[in-house]
Amino acid sequence: MDRLFRALTFIFALAVLALAALIAFELYRNSVLSQKAFGWSFLTRQIWDPVEEDFGALTFIYGTLITSALALLLAVPVGIGVAIFLAELAPKPMSEVCAFLIELLAAIPSVIYGLIGIFVIVPIMRVQVQPFLIKHLGFLPLFKGPAYGIGLLTAALVLAIMIVPFITTITREVLMSVPREQKEAAMALGATRWEVVRMAMLPYARSGIAGSVFLALGRALGETMAVTMVIGNSTHIQASLLAPGYTMAAVLANEFAEADSELYTHTLIEVGLALFVITIIVNGIARLILGRMKVAPVS
Amino acid sequence: MNTNASTRDVVNVAAFGVTALCAALTLGILFFILGYVLIHGIGALNWDFFTKLPKPVGENGGGMANAIVGTAKLVGLAGVFGLPIGILGGTYLAEYGRGRFSFFVRYAADVINGVPSIVVGIVAYTLVVMPVRHFSALAGSIALAMILIPISLRSTEEFLRLVPNAIRESALALGLPQWKVILFVVYPSALSGISTGALLSLSRVSGETAPLLFTAFGNRFWSSGLLNPIASLPVMIFTYSIAPYDDWHRQAWAAALVLLMLVLLANVGARLMLRRRTYT
Repeated sequence: MDRLFRALTFIFALAVLALAALIAFELYRNSVLSQKAFGWSFLTRQIWDPVEEDFGALTFIYGTLITSALALLLAVPVGIGVAIFLAELAPKPMSEVCAFLIELLAAIPSVIYGLIGIFVIVPIMRVQVQPFLIKHLGFLPLFKGPAYGIGLLTAALVLAIMIVPFITTITREVLMSVPREQKEAAMALGATRWEVVRMAMLPYARSGIAGSVFLALGRALGETMAVTMVIGNSTHIQASLLAPGYTMAAVLANEFAEADSELYTHTLIEVGLALFVITIIVNGIARLILGRMKVAPVS
Repeated sequence: MNTNASTRDVVNVAAFGVTALCAALTLGILFFILGYVLIHGIGALNWDFFTKLPKPVGENGGGMANAIVGTAKLVGLAGVFGLPIGILGGTYLAEYGRGRFSFFVRYAADVINGVPSIVVGIVAYTLVVMPVRHFSALAGSIALAMILIPISLRSTEEFLRLVPNAIRESALALGLPQWKVILFVVYPSALSGISTGALLSLSRVSGETAPLLFTAFGNRFWSSGLLNPIASLPVMIFTYSIAPYDDWHRQAWAAALVLLMLVLLANVGARLMLRRRTYT
């Protein structure tokens, strides 16, 4: 009986392992047609023509990378700022409650972020933010063109809100785990509290922060609904951040159910496969960094 | 280090002021989202929303009764498929798992947890939808189960590990076989943790939209059995919000409020449940 129970739990643990392998296998197996038809150039070509069945994923890869990078640019400083505030300045009970509230941000379903995106953020971007950027920074190609409201920048903004909790939660934990002696040593040298943070704590927490950033990046790369609802769905790469774009996840959300030919379906699955590989690498890096430190990521 | 004391003090105050602003901004966004959904949702919620089917396109009124039942069905089934794997697998990791194999299982769970949910949807599509050539509640719930498994696996393992070893040893010393120790001693002591973890994993998948788009698909009517397309709240929010009808937008907010309440209740409830008993 003892061995039976052990075997039972073993089988279920094995199922998890099998599931991971199954995901990789299914994505590979069901995209072979596209792999054969386009080869590696699939990743570097910009064309997306379902009628002629000529496909390349560059627009989506570009959109995914650019929105995620912008989101990190916005979210990392804020996320770290919040973490410093919660770890150093806020009293313990307040810090606990705030940390819980910020984790709630991560629990809000992404479709609700999309809803807020469409009806709140897009109008603000169209009427206020984008005209402002065009007026003052319009000489840069990055901020040219009409203010649609939707587009790469809007998607990045929504993404940024969604990934702040991932950065804050872990950064706060590593900041709080900085040894007391380390802080006191800096204080004894006459450092102000901020100098303690900057010189004694942040360097100590560096790798933890890096891990949290990669974790947030992994989340941003694969985020689907919120981005799909505000990105604008344009299959051309445009230099302007205000222009509509497309991401890998968004094209899957929009076109998968409508793909009518086998090659079209396989092509979309190959986009999924590429996304799978990218997120595995990014999450792998995060795990490598955080695994050494025994900090539990939020799921 | 700048030796001018007054500049350093100014920098000190300014820097912490900025961090406080960051915190205020982030919490402000949270409360704004909650408040905005609440205000727009409350105005749109009515009895019809919970009891009526969607009206045909172009007609005002109707509700999302089918989507509410659909979400319950999908999430319930995902729990039936996924929780046994997560909980028993987690039991193996915590109670028997030492060596290499456990390392790979944990690694696999992390990989699955990191896979974008839309990609999980593709896999459910190729496994369940493609062979029978139509969308189904079964496919949707399998997609959700795949997302749920790594979450419940890791939380089960964590909570089992919190049970002190002395408890296991004293039970073993009484002559109980290990399976009985786990079943009748360890599980009961970790019960609140494991059930909280299960609750959180269910609440997490209840808000998932992307993996349902081409598995459960959607349905404007009641869906019978497991092999037909089925409506769900998140997908309804998506389709209603991108449609050009004001009445649909109103209902999307109502659905968002219901979904948000479910998720918040689960999270706050879990928090309170865990606070009441903690091991040291």
